[in-house]
This record gives sequence, C-alpha cells and structure tokens, in this order.
Amino acid sequence: MSDAIDTSGAAADGFEPRITAFVCNWCTYTGADLAGTSRLHMASNVRIIRLPCTGRIDPLFIIKAFERGADGVIVSGCHPADCHYTSGNYHARRRFAVFHDIMEFIGVDPRRMTFSWVSASEGSKWRDVVNEAVTNVRALGPFEAYRALAPKDVGVAAPAGPGAVAAPASAGIKAEAS
Amino acid sequence: MSRIGVFVCHCGENIARTVDCEAVAEALREHPGVAVAEDYKYMCSDPGQALVKKAIEDNNLTGVVIAACSPHMHEKTFRRACDQAGLNQFMCEMANVREHCSWIHDDRGQATDKAIDITRTIVEKVKHNRPLESIHIPVTKRALVIGGGIAGIQAALDIADGGHEVVLIEKEASIGGHMSQLSETFPTLDCSQCILTPRMVEAYQHPNIKLHTWSEVEKVDGYIGNFEVTIRKKARSVNEDLCNGCGDCQAACPAKRIPSEFEAGLGKRTAIYVPFPQAVPNIPVLDRVNCTLFKGRRKGLAKDVCGKCKEACLKAAIDFDTEDTFVTEAVGAIVVATGFKLYDIGRDQPEGLKGYGEYGYGEVPDVIDGLQFERLASASGPTEGAILRPSDGKEPKTVVFVHCVGSRDPEKGISYCSKICCMYNAKHAMLYKHKVHDGRAIAFYMDIRAGGKGYDEFSRRAIEEDGAEYVRGRVSRIFRDGDVVKVWGYDTLSGEQVVIDADMVVLATAMRPQDGIRELAQKLSVSTDEHGFINEAHPKLRPVETNTAGVFVAGACQAPRDIPEAVAMASATGAKVLGLFSADELEREPAVAVVDENTCIGCMRCELVCPYGAIEQREICTVDGHVCGHVAYVNPGVCQGCGTCQAVCLSKSVELQTFTDEQIFSEINALCYWE
Repeated sequence: MSDAIDTSGAAADGFEPRITAFVCNWCTYTGADLAGTSRLHMASNVRIIRLPCTGRIDPLFIIKAFERGADGVIVSGCHPADCHYTSGNYHARRRFAVFHDIMEFIGVDPRRMTFSWVSASEGSKWRDVVNEAVTNVRALGPFEAYRALAPKDVGVAAPAGPGAVAAPASAGIKAEAS
Repeated sequence: MSRIGVFVCHCGENIARTVDCEAVAEALREHPGVAVAEDYKYMCSDPGQALVKKAIEDNNLTGVVIAACSPHMHEKTFRRACDQAGLNQFMCEMANVREHCSWIHDDRGQATDKAIDITRTIVEKVKHNRPLESIHIPVTKRALVIGGGIAGIQAALDIADGGHEVVLIEKEASIGGHMSQLSETFPTLDCSQCILTPRMVEAYQHPNIKLHTWSEVEKVDGYIGNFEVTIRKKARSVNEDLCNGCGDCQAACPAKRIPSEFEAGLGKRTAIYVPFPQAVPNIPVLDRVNCTLFKGRRKGLAKDVCGKCKEACLKAAIDFDTEDTFVTEAVGAIVVATGFKLYDIGRDQPEGLKGYGEYGYGEVPDVIDGLQFERLASASGPTEGAILRPSDGKEPKTVVFVHCVGSRDPEKGISYCSKICCMYNAKHAMLYKHKVHDGRAIAFYMDIRAGGKGYDEFSRRAIEEDGAEYVRGRVSRIFRDGDVVKVWGYDTLSGEQVVIDADMVVLATAMRPQDGIRELAQKLSVSTDEHGFINEAHPKLRPVETNTAGVFVAGACQAPRDIPEAVAMASATGAKVLGLFSADELEREPAVAVVDENTCIGCMRCELVCPYGAIEQREICTVDGHVCGHVAYVNPGVCQGCGTCQAVCLSKSVELQTFTDEQIFSEINALCYWE
C-alpha cells in the first residue's frame, strides 16, 4: 500500500507512539470497520474506544488518557448535520473548541490531539486520519510530562498488573491523586 | 471477583493470518479476572458458540469477551448464545480484532500486540458491565393523524382498516386538502374530486376514525406508545351535533363578498360557510374576522348588529358565544401530514424569501398561480370549468405558463425543485387547449422534469398532440399593457428575446411547507430543514420516520410530493404504525441513561443538551411528603442512549447504562500505560 505509513524510520529511535481514539459507534467506528473490510492498511499504533456518540465524550477521558501514558488522542465522530443522535457531535464540537486551549494550559501540546469527522463511508479517510496522527505524534516524541508525577504503583505497570487496571476510575483524575 | 471468559476467533485465516490467536489467548489467560481464555477456528459457528456456552456453565463465568469481528457483525449472535447459557446478554462484549486489526496490518508481531491490547481493554470494560434487562414500554394502540389532505386521509384509513382507532385532525373546516381544489390530475386526467370525495366520506364514516376539523395541535406530551396530545378545537360557532348541513345559514348571511380560500380568491363566500359543496363534514364554520356581528362586537357596539344566520337556523345550532375548547387524546403514534402551500410571490416575504414583484402577481389580475388555474378549469369552480380570465371574464386566446417561479432559484431563497410543476403545467396547457381550441398555450421552462410512470409521455403529449408551445428560457418581466399582459422572456435555445402579448399568465409557484410547521415540529420534537420541511430519520432507509420515535411523516410536509407519492408515503406510515401496534409492549435495549437521585443536584444541564427531550425535572419529597429538592429524570421510553447528558453532568449523577464512566475509564487505563 503506497500510502500506508512507513514505520521503518521510527523503529530506529525505537519510539512508537501510543494513541487512543475516542470514536462514535455510528460513523467513525463503522468507517473504521469499512477500512478493515476494504483492507486499507494503516499504522498499528491506534487503539479505539467505542462510544455511542462524540457527545458522550467527557474531556476528562482525554486528560485521563494523557495522564496514563497516551502520546496522542484522536476524537472522531459523524460529520456535522449527520449525527445519529441529531446533535451530539455539535455538543462535542463546542466542548472541544474550549477544551483545546485548556490542554495547552495543563501542559499537553494540542498537536497531540486530532479532531476529525469520519463518516461510515469514509474508510480511506479514517486510514489517513490514523496515519497522519501517528506521523505527527511520532515527530513530537513521547509524552512524558506526567510520567514523573505518576505514583510508582499506578499507571506505569504493564496492563497485566492488577493495580493498573483495577484502580477505581469512576471519579476520573481524582482517583489518581489519592 | 470477575470470572471472565475470553474467546479468540481465528475467523478461518482472516484473523489468524496476521494475529497469533493462541498468543492472544495465552496473554489473556494471565490477565487478572480472566477465568478462561480459548481460541477457536470459527467462534460464530455452532461448535464455536457451543464452546462459549459450555465454558460459561463449566466456569460459572460472570462475563464474556469475544475477540473476533466487529460488534456490528456478531454482537447479537454471541449475546444470544450467552443468554441461552444463562448469562445476562449484556455481560457479553466483542473485541474487534478483525476489522480494526488483522485486516489492516501486515506485521504479525504488531498485530498480535494490538489484538492483545484490544481484548484486554474490552475485558476491563466487561468487568464493569452490569446485568441489564430489556425495557418494556406499554403501547396505546391509537394513532393521531395531523392533516386531513390526501396523505392524512390515506394514513388514517390504512390504520383504521388495520383495526385501530385513529384521531384525524384538520385545521380547516373540511378534510380534503389541496387535492379537493384540483380539476383533473396528471398523468391520467381523471377528475380529482371524483377520486377524492369517496375517500373523504369513507374516512368520515369509518367507525375507527374520530375526526376533528377546525382543530389544531396545541400540545404534545409523552413518547412513543404513550403520547398525550392536546387538541385545540377552534370556536366554530356551529354545534356539530345539531347541524344538519341544510345551508340556510349561508343563504341568510349578508356578508357575501369574502374571497373564498377554496376558490383561491377567484370566488366569493359568506361569513358562515362550508368551504365547498362536497365538504366533509358538511357543517359550516363562522369566520369571525369577516362576520358582521363580530365586527360590531369588536367595535364595542352595545347590541349585536346581525344574527341572521341564527334566525335562519331551524336546528338552533348556531351559538355566537362558543369559545375554543381543548380535548386531550391518548395515542401511541403520530403521523404528520400537514401538506404544503404555494409560495405567495406577491406578498411581503418572510424568512429571507424575496418574492417576484417583476411578475406582477397580486397587481395584474390576469396573472394567476397554478391553484387558481385549477379552480378556473374545475367544473365546480367559479366559472364552472370555462377558462375565463379574472379581469373581464373574457376567454383568453393566448396563455403563458411560467415554470419554476420561486423553485430552483437560490437567489430568491428557494433552491429546491417543487417537482410537480412541470407536470401540472403540461396538464394546464392540455386542459386549456381542450377547452379553447383556437388558443395558444406557451410555456417558459428551465428543464422538463417528468420522472414518473407515464409522466414523460404525458408532457410530450401536451407538446406533440395538443400543440403547447414550449420555450426554453426564463421570463424577466410581466406587466399590464392596456388590455394585454406583456411577457418579456428569453429563448435560450435560439438566443432571442421573446415578447408575448398574452391574455393571461399562469405562474407555477413553488411548493412550501404549511404555515406553522416549525411550531408544530417543535411541539413534536422533530426537526425541519432550512425550508421548513420535516426531516425524515434517514433519507434512503427511513423515509417516513422522524428522529422522534413514534412520529411519522407523510406527504408534502416532508418535501414536494405529488399525489401518488403522498399516498405511498401515507400507506408506508400506516404500515409503520400498524407494526408498532402489533405488540402490546415495545421492547428496547436498555442502552439508556439513568439518574442517581441521591447525587443529582437538579441543575438540569442534561435537559438542555438532550436531543430527544427525554429528560424532565422531578420533585423529590421527604417521607412526610414535603418537596425537598429537584432532580433530573430520564424517560427510558424516549432516551436513545447517546450519552450527551452524561458528559455535561456536573455531579456525575447521570449514567448511560452501557457506557458508564467506570467502563470507559477502565478501558483507558487498560490502553494507556508506559512501557
């Protein structure tokens, strides 16, 4: 695949970004399914978390992802006016217009975040969004601002560590502060 | 403690080619909370599902994760399998390692790592899944149809014939809508009233149809299966139970010069009137704006100055002091069929429409619109079917028909095609030529859009057999010049200016949604497009549903429609409503939001963002019944499960049951970690 991302260069310095994608169930998740059905090869760094709608995305999810070790975040949903739930994506859009500035304030380079609209028919757009995000974040290097602050027993362990995954998370960041 | 079973599917070679499925199962076996992890060639096959069921029973599993294809593909399959094995179906989730992993990666090591990550993430989610039960909603098996045109009548008849009660409401004094005004219908030229009036009578006499004319929707509460609709019955001044439709009141009424709406302004009516002789019901209404008695009352005269109709009424059915009354109807489904109106290009234009002052409509009496021509051509119209021009009653020898007046003209505010005008213009030209053999019918058109069964043949016939002259081009100005109506136009095919001395001009003005459609849409929580047409839930696959469950749409209130389309849509809504009424209860997935009343602070931000109006405020009371606070309440019948409320909740009190914060943060925790 000519436009698939070239991962060979990055392997040299050993950094492979870890990117979490928050996507809506109806457009982008289905668009990513289509990318799969169409066998559109892309970088393997992105892990998808499925949500019903981008309107469901609490900005804390994104902060949390960075706090726990993500190098980049993708948020993607239905195009404006196409929301399965009529207006969830508009709420998301407004929320992130504000949120964008907060990220810089809390020490996260906004370039680590990608916001896009990918419809259920845009498998190739999803591939491009993924590849572009990976390229951008790889260029920015690992996100380590929070690493030093992380408690030794939480978050730094491999996922098999029971402490990492069983930590009560419902209260968002507060849980980590304790 | 969770006991989760992980089942990794090879999908033949589809997953196994790039993902080491055994390694995934191996890795997950070590994951905390996982009781069993297995891989199998085809997990969705019968033996695959049997393996899952057996594992649930043998290991007493509390949750199941199937690492296979997209949940859109097989989630239902595996949830059913879990259900059969005695595990609540909502404790089962899919980890998508095919579409999102094996099919899009080459490197086996990277793909396997990713598949392990994806599966772990879902395992972490399932740990926080809760057993849920489907929601059951009772259904009131009665329907409301708003609008008594051909679409509303058809929908009401279909539902009523299906054995359910229908409440049909119409804002005018009679049902029938625009179709009752038409002379003949394209492409068969059958008489509109001849095919419509039997339907009107059938609807009126149907034992399952309850008709409210001269009525409008005041308020809509509730949700699918359980609407409560308040109907405003406008003061009619005539007792519907007493009136026998004799017409004595109309004969007695002294106000006889009021332009008739039914005759599109070409005929006159009295102040107390039935709109047309075949009206259903044949019960008059009193037009209080034009009534002499009410004019006197408005002036503050001490004594009523008229009352002739009341004196003439032998049944004592007339009462000048009635007021608007309200009735409440409980229904389970609503069909919106409010139809269209014509773009009144002469008047001041609302909503950014500019009008067509240059066409002289409203100033030159012999410039009329399509509906007015219908009345001229109608055997029951003001001229009894003779084509006579309004100004002097002479037979026009040259008639110009102008297509696309208002339609397809974004400059004037309407970008869409009104769809029926090409056909009715051809019909008008034909009807005219059939009645005035030596007359000229000249049509200015942009394109001929005659898509439909027999439509193109029909418009060709107007040109080839009936000799209508079609000029491709636009008209720039229409004005009165002595006895003639001058039409300045341009023929784009010959490149020449055309000036025609016409006797009459018929403008094919655009179709627009009825007045008040936006207010009605708001009451029903359905959306409208920029022009005010009601939005369907999906333009291709759900054309008669709206984004509010239980509210359906038929006919020209959704987009410009001709009669066959309006009828087809109406029958489609009938099928949808009957489908809805086929069960006593609606079963829905419990993917809905739930409020924790103990922590909700009642700020009602959730109510503001809910696209479905599913959230309302509720009082909470102390044990002795005093109101001690307000909290939000999510109506599970209305909630569609988008979760927007949860993201704005300040106190984290509202929770979408299938995507809780706990679940999502656990997924994030599982995904994001430093090496």
